[in-house]
Amino acid sequence: MSARRVTLRRRRLSARVDLGLVALLGTLAVVVLAALVTSVALGDVAIAPLDVVASLAGAGDAADEFIVLELRLPRALVALGAGAALGIAGAVFQQVTRNPLVAPDIVGVGGGAALAAVSVIVFAGFGGAGAVPLAALAGAFVAGALLYGIAWRRGVHGQRLVLVGIGLAAFCQAGVSYVLTEGRIFEVAAAYVWLVGSLNGRGWEQVWPLAVALVVLAPAVLALGRRLDVLQLGDDLARSLGVGVERVRLGLLAAAVALTGVAVSAAGAVAFVAFVSPHIARRLARTSSNQGLIPVAGACGAVLVMLADLAGRLLFAPTEIPVGIVTSVLAAPYFLVLLRRAGRVGAAG
Amino acid sequence: MSAVSTTRTLAAEPLRSAPLPTVVTRAAGLAGAAVLLALCAVASLAIGSRSIPFPDVVAALLSPDASDEHAIVRDLRVPRTELGILVGASLGAAGALMQGTTRNAIAEPGILGINGGASLAVVIAISVVGISSVPAYTGFALAGAAITSLLVFTLGATGRGGPTPVRLALAGAVMASLTLSLTSAVLVFDAQTLDEFRFWVVGSLAGRDTGVMLSILPFALAGFALALAAGRHLNALALGDDVARALGQHAGRARAAAGLGFVLLAGAAVAAAGPIAFVGLAVPHLARALVGPDYRWVVPYSIVLGAAVLLAGDVLGRIVARPAELEVGIVTALLGAPFFVWVVRRRRLVSL
Repeated sequence: MSARRVTLRRRRLSARVDLGLVALLGTLAVVVLAALVTSVALGDVAIAPLDVVASLAGAGDAADEFIVLELRLPRALVALGAGAALGIAGAVFQQVTRNPLVAPDIVGVGGGAALAAVSVIVFAGFGGAGAVPLAALAGAFVAGALLYGIAWRRGVHGQRLVLVGIGLAAFCQAGVSYVLTEGRIFEVAAAYVWLVGSLNGRGWEQVWPLAVALVVLAPAVLALGRRLDVLQLGDDLARSLGVGVERVRLGLLAAAVALTGVAVSAAGAVAFVAFVSPHIARRLARTSSNQGLIPVAGACGAVLVMLADLAGRLLFAPTEIPVGIVTSVLAAPYFLVLLRRAGRVGAAG
Repeated sequence: MSAVSTTRTLAAEPLRSAPLPTVVTRAAGLAGAAVLLALCAVASLAIGSRSIPFPDVVAALLSPDASDEHAIVRDLRVPRTELGILVGASLGAAGALMQGTTRNAIAEPGILGINGGASLAVVIAISVVGISSVPAYTGFALAGAAITSLLVFTLGATGRGGPTPVRLALAGAVMASLTLSLTSAVLVFDAQTLDEFRFWVVGSLAGRDTGVMLSILPFALAGFALALAAGRHLNALALGDDVARALGQHAGRARAAAGLGFVLLAGAAVAAAGPIAFVGLAVPHLARALVGPDYRWVVPYSIVLGAAVLLAGDVLGRIVARPAELEVGIVTALLGAPFFVWVVRRRRLVSL
């Protein structure tokens, strides 16, 4: 979009601002907030929006306050954080590899987390409090390190990264299948719920790691995203323009792996969010710049997971549908409509 | 079209000067692959929870008597080996077709949602219809694969801009995810069905009778014919739509034919053996590493190597877990993935 851009100047500082993008991000921020309040307000016991605000301010009645502060708010925040982290991670992976089909679970990072978590559930009987999230986090990091280490050969080439990644993913997937055929059906069923992705019973202890990761990593990804724009021109050109190609790629991939690990460790292997959020973002933002794409993808992921969890809680109450089932049912039709409408598709699909 | 093309990035890779393979060396390589396949087939007839010496295998095939050994070879291992060859060849050819059509290195038989559709149909067969015999899943899986691929082509090919490979692949990824969700929706609440399904979804050649092989044979044969005919057109498509058109190719028609072949092959494979991972993905890369990017050769190499790899995996699965066996889908991925990674790392990348 040859957008309405304005250039702000103040003495020696100047910045070009894409007004359309600012408006889009503002709109998305409002949608995220609205989804958050709605998530907190709705459930078995509906709480009026004003009472929600009162409880948040510490002025509600005790029952409302317990439901809002201890049950629904942390769960909604986990949905928000995990969705945002997955959206950003997906955008980074697709842009770095320049492949529109790539997502953290396709290059084995999600698979590493899944293999570790499922092994702990099936073979160690959940292994005590906090063992499964920790295992998932560790699995994602190990897989990420293996991916980068194996793919490195005088630099990490996008295509080689993807190919090594699918090898890694296939290996992890086979490991998961093996664990699922070996275990007893009770543990296998529990492992399956983890593989689908669920937010049931998530509390503040899952919120904090997500918050820390997002506060530290999201700005770093945005800063590197500017350099990534130059990377899209091809390695040689980027290098001649003075961009440290390998360092930018390593920094971005490390951040994306960390974001994936934290998200998956909190919510389970929620599929589709990391893949689809960047695609939705590309079509909403109509920009090829990563600086624009990455925050929009994060916001899309957050909205998607929050709405999916809300729908999963409400639709068949009192039975809860795990969030990972709802995300694709919710996002797929929307994405297909966008796909049909799009005439030409952007740089990465 | 530059969307999925990765050729630009390959400039960074130093070109290693390899002598161009001639027709003779390529044909010799194909013959070598066929010999490898024959060895795998013999091993598949001889090795199992009960090992049968080679002369007895030959005797069982040529002059069968009523002994247990001969019955095992003729009634169990011959059908299983035939099925393995058919499924492996289908997976290899399907992968080559899809990677050629989409020009995306990670395209594989699961990509258009075909495995997802088949899985959903099998879950419905188990949970709703109450079927619990592996051969009886075949029809359901075939129907599920057919319906899903029809949906994907309808969704990806209509709308503004027509059917580009990226749109097809994206529509396929969406359908794969959607069918997986519906499958999960059943399995999360139905542990009994999960208990059956977890063994099917791994991908295995065990427990399939000759009927399974015969019911997928026509689809696979039609698919092979389309795949072998597509080689020339895939070469042109690899140059990009504009060049292909300038060379007198009808890009849309070539892609439609390749797509149909792909659906037939991938559908046949998943219906017979469940979603076997990785063979369809890795074998075309292996073929390309051996014979170069010419699809007139990549397709036949993929067919022969696919069959050999799947049989080898099946035999290994019978050896490592004796007297039980490890499903072939697990073996091919656990052993195939490291090998594949090694090939990817070692070889100069052949662009798609």
